[in-house]
Amino acid sequence: MRSYNINKEKEIVQTRNLISANMNSNRLMIYIEKAMPKILFVIALLSILTTIGIVFVLITETVDFFQRISVVQFFTGKTLKPLSQNPEFGVLPLINGTIISSVIAMLVAGPIGMMTAIFLSEYASDQVRRVMKPILELLAGIPTIVYGFFAFTFVTPLLREFIPELGATNILSPGLVMGVMIIPMIASLSEDAMSSVPNAIREGALGLGATKLEVTFKVVIPAAFSGIVASFVLGISRAVGETMIVAIASGSSKNFTFDLTQSMQTMTAYVVEVASGDAPAGSTLYYSLYAVAMTLFIFTLCMNILARYVSRRFREEY
Amino acid sequence: MKYIEHELVYKRMKKRILLNYLLKILFFIATLFGVFVLAVLIYRVLADGIGYLNVDFLTNRLSTEPDRAGIMGAILGTLWLMAVVIPITMVLGVGTAIYNELYAKKGKLQSIIETNISNLSGVPSIVYGILGMTIFVKTLSFGNVVLAGGLTMSLLVLPIVIVSSQEAIRAVPNDLSEGSYGLGSTKWQTVKNIILPAAIPGILTGSILALSRAIGETAPLVVLGIPALLIPFPSSLFDRFTVLPMQIYYWTLDSSLVSEYANLAAATIIVLLVMLFALNSVAIVIRNKFQRRY
Repeated sequence: MRSYNINKEKEIVQTRNLISANMNSNRLMIYIEKAMPKILFVIALLSILTTIGIVFVLITETVDFFQRISVVQFFTGKTLKPLSQNPEFGVLPLINGTIISSVIAMLVAGPIGMMTAIFLSEYASDQVRRVMKPILELLAGIPTIVYGFFAFTFVTPLLREFIPELGATNILSPGLVMGVMIIPMIASLSEDAMSSVPNAIREGALGLGATKLEVTFKVVIPAAFSGIVASFVLGISRAVGETMIVAIASGSSKNFTFDLTQSMQTMTAYVVEVASGDAPAGSTLYYSLYAVAMTLFIFTLCMNILARYVSRRFREEY
Repeated sequence: MKYIEHELVYKRMKKRILLNYLLKILFFIATLFGVFVLAVLIYRVLADGIGYLNVDFLTNRLSTEPDRAGIMGAILGTLWLMAVVIPITMVLGVGTAIYNELYAKKGKLQSIIETNISNLSGVPSIVYGILGMTIFVKTLSFGNVVLAGGLTMSLLVLPIVIVSSQEAIRAVPNDLSEGSYGLGSTKWQTVKNIILPAAIPGILTGSILALSRAIGETAPLVVLGIPALLIPFPSSLFDRFTVLPMQIYYWTLDSSLVSEYANLAAATIIVLLVMLFALNSVAIVIRNKFQRRY
């Protein structure tokens, strides 16, 4: 302390020197400190750039397409013959195939996914849940190409035992398999929504003499409704965007029909067919790829926005 | 005087309790359905493919003859794809996550970025394929090479990496960074020395899951025009390549012509599933071993 008092003046000077020396040696660090937020900002903007890229690519090429084929003709045309001498580009057969396969998928995934969610969230003991959830995650992690293989080489032949008129490629089998693929998604999202309903409400209802089933249907599901609806919407969006299962197992006939035993093509499968067929750049066929992809993109985007809107707007806050 | 008439209660409750019981069983069966399908699927694949799985199959080049066909090229292609996807998604994904969680000011631009990321994760993979084909393959004229495929896949899985990294960063308690600031650290020092090390298990887990999505995904690569021809093994970023899912795709499509192709596809599926399983196990090990609770 004594020396401090005596050398106070000197100390201050020294500290000042120290600081400035430190500043000099750390110039790089300060530079990094200032640059880092900017670098990270640029990186973060890249995700926006991806979106802009997608939208830009789709729009410019789709505009080219609609200069050759009118919008009305495209969206109301019931025949799609892209490869014939007089090509016709009506997207309705594709939309029809997409809707049918998605409906089949949701008829499987909706009820089963929902029941799975109810079981896991309301009935299962912790032990059972700890076993079942990873298995469902496993099911969700299987690549779609494997499901495609499964649909084509196993489910279709199996179904043909029962339905002899079923074609080797048909819309029914990929629809069913797609449903299985979506089960884990609906189950886990709905389960999340249901288990976030506070226990106090459940206990209130149980205390009034309700059975577990009544608690589930009259208390928990209404309270978790927004999350459940959102999970369904995301499931539909997933079904619509699913590619490999339908590309393999539902064939490439562009039928406009409601007969489930027949081969139909979805929007995604059409993109696969045209893209792998080496359409010459600049041809109408090539541009039709973008028009179909644009339809697909807009549809799934709307579904995703709807899902988020529903889960925010109608959420019950506790 | 009896307060509760047990007989009446029993009579009235019987139906409700029975219904509860029956539906509980129904729900349980529904839950088992997923397990059942998984079991059938794995059984079918093993039954079809295990006989064709041997060292020759793993190390041979592709061949049109089922007996001589091998998937070395596809395995190498998948590894090359991973080599492109890992660094790109790690740098871009974690960078975006750090910015969004730690640097961004809450504002309009920020909410646009966040909404955009969650929308991107819902875009069908085939649309990414179209983007990749138009920009990387055609406009930048890379052709259907490793780099084009890797960049396309990176864009596809980037939202997954970003979201999981953001969650990992958010889970790091504030006390840690406050402590670091209190000791005189700057923001970047805190990020680099405190937050990232604490968040790295979560970030790695998410990235590995994203990677397993990337190597199992087929649709974008079909659009890019990745062949399953007898092409030489890829040895640089600008070589043409094929990957395991593409091989499965072509063999499955042709299985109606040559029935043995179905077995080859099944054998390839086993290889792919083993790879995915290994990756997921690593993720689980990391999650269990390094995850600290604060």
